Amino acid sequence: MDAALFYTFAAITLAGALATVTRRNPVHCALGLIFSLLGVAGLFLLQAAELLFAVQILLYVGGVMVLFLFVIMLIHLEQAARLRQYSRQWPVALAALFAVFLEIYVLAQSGLPGLPPSPQPRLNAGGNTERIADSLFYVYALPFEAASLLLLIAIVGAVWLARKKEQPQ
Amino acid sequence: MGTNVMPSGEELLRFLPEMILAIFAVLVMLWESRHDEHGERPGMPAFALIGLGLAAAASIVAGAAPGYAFRNMLVVDSFATFFRLLLMGIGAMAVMTASPFLRARKAEGGEYYSLILLSLIGQSLMAASNELIMVFIGIEISSISSYVLAGYLKDDKRVNESALKYFLLGSFATGFLLYGVSWIYGLTGSTNLNEIASILGNADIAPDAVLTGAATALILAGLCFKVSAFPFQSWAPDVYQGAATPVGAFLSAAPKAAAFATLLRVFLTAFDPMADRWLPLLIVVALLTMVIGNLAALWQTDVKRILGYSSIANAGYVLVAVAAHSTLGISAVLFYLAAYSVMNFGAFAVVSLREETELKDFEGLAKRQPATAALMTVFMASLIGLPMTAGFFGKFYIFQSAIDAELYWLAGLGLLTSAVAAFYYLRVIAAMYMKPSPEGAPEMAVPAASQQAVMFVAAALTIGFGIFPGWLLDWATRSSGLLR
Repeated sequence: MDAALFYTFAAITLAGALATVTRRNPVHCALGLIFSLLGVAGLFLLQAAELLFAVQILLYVGGVMVLFLFVIMLIHLEQAARLRQYSRQWPVALAALFAVFLEIYVLAQSGLPGLPPSPQPRLNAGGNTERIADSLFYVYALPFEAASLLLLIAIVGAVWLARKKEQPQ
Repeated sequence: MGTNVMPSGEELLRFLPEMILAIFAVLVMLWESRHDEHGERPGMPAFALIGLGLAAAASIVAGAAPGYAFRNMLVVDSFATFFRLLLMGIGAMAVMTASPFLRARKAEGGEYYSLILLSLIGQSLMAASNELIMVFIGIEISSISSYVLAGYLKDDKRVNESALKYFLLGSFATGFLLYGVSWIYGLTGSTNLNEIASILGNADIAPDAVLTGAATALILAGLCFKVSAFPFQSWAPDVYQGAATPVGAFLSAAPKAAAFATLLRVFLTAFDPMADRWLPLLIVVALLTMVIGNLAALWQTDVKRILGYSSIANAGYVLVAVAAHSTLGISAVLFYLAAYSVMNFGAFAVVSLREETELKDFEGLAKRQPATAALMTVFMASLIGLPMTAGFFGKFYIFQSAIDAELYWLAGLGLLTSAVAAFYYLRVIAAMYMKPSPEGAPEMAVPAASQQAVMFVAAALTIGFGIFPGWLLDWATRSSGLLR
């Protein structure tokens, strides 16, 4: 059952990724990206990482919706369809893919030299989500709050630097 | 887990200065938006100054009861309090110098004051962090706002270039630091400075020394960039020259002081057990920073660039005191950073009165504006380290701490380079007093009241600390004991 689900989600991820890089219409590309991200979310769920699953859908898929807006606002669809595509570099991608496969194969055959055996994944009692919430909002509450200040600065800075100076009438 | 989630009042008090700064940073922007965009928008500097004053008062109150806060994320001791007060003072000078400067260029926005306050939050967190994650977030808060401040006058090409350079190099350096932090976490399983120290100090469980050394070097590299030490110093003159002059003054004082606070805190707390490994590296860095900064400054013809290279050289002096690795060294660092902030800010404030900052524009200034020239002379004399100025005692304590630590040749070479430094500072004085005014010499803007206040207070402090160094030295010595 697990294996079947894994292959299903993996297929969705790969098909979505392929569509993202091969489609000419940017809206189709974004749709492909959503499918790919949903597939990854499914893989997270198989690993019992339910928080990552939720975050993946909320943030990434939500982020792609924003990307949609950008596409509609900024890109001329007819023009974009005639542009050169980066997917023409497929021989390079294929070579890189082959290299990675070779690497994984060699490492799997020889074992990792000089490294301790990897620790068994440990499932936390009470669930990952609670543990993450505990460290985020209890132990690391202050850095968490300080990081929100960092975002405020980034927003203020970006608005200031990007805004054009208006000439008074 | 999670028995008592609410922070206690004491913990909140220890974080109060940062909270006040954050509130006022937002208030300034709200206040600005109440006014017409193209009309006068008075009151913003006053808002910022009130915020800084309240934050300074909160720092004093919080510093009265030293201790940890928020599960050891923060440590508020006399050391952190010293830096918080120093930073608020620098912030106040940055607000008062910039207000007339920006108004004259029709670029006064609430964002400037807001970013100054926000960047001070990061620097004040850096001084009080007891945790590598807090250190990182503090550095990022300080750096990101510094990048924006450096590019504040966005219509100027040179400003944009220097801000972009600062941003790219700075992000790269932060990457080094964060990589080092993640290595340390991987090796010790902790990011808390005290825990790291106890793990590294225990020979039974200490991780591999080579790997720890490499991680320490990565963190040192990141911090060396922030204090503009060799070999990461090349950005400093470009950024200080390119940025608006009050911003350059702020950048050469506040983020640098905070980075030194972090350097002391992290290396004397977490990495103290392996001090014999990083001290030799620090000594070499200190020496080369002094040599490079002072020699490169000799050829400069722009006063802002001279001050930029001088800030590199001064970082080298401070590193000498850090390398002394003693309580005396820490108090020398604190004394010198306070003295340097005052005299350097004063010099920048004088330079901010002019559009052009070439050395030849200062020729004959003594005839045209004797008071301004006299003030500049005080700051230059202090940067040289002449007696009766704060700079003299600053250098004196630094080299004394080096000699006490038996770093004789480092102290000797440091003195030698600071003698070389006298030459380029004297060039500025000579230009003002010995050279005649060139034909059609540009008039300096008449300093506004707030700028005058900054220059006169800075000069008074420079001379005051030079004649009565005891008070500042007492404070620095009382603040040199890190809570570990």
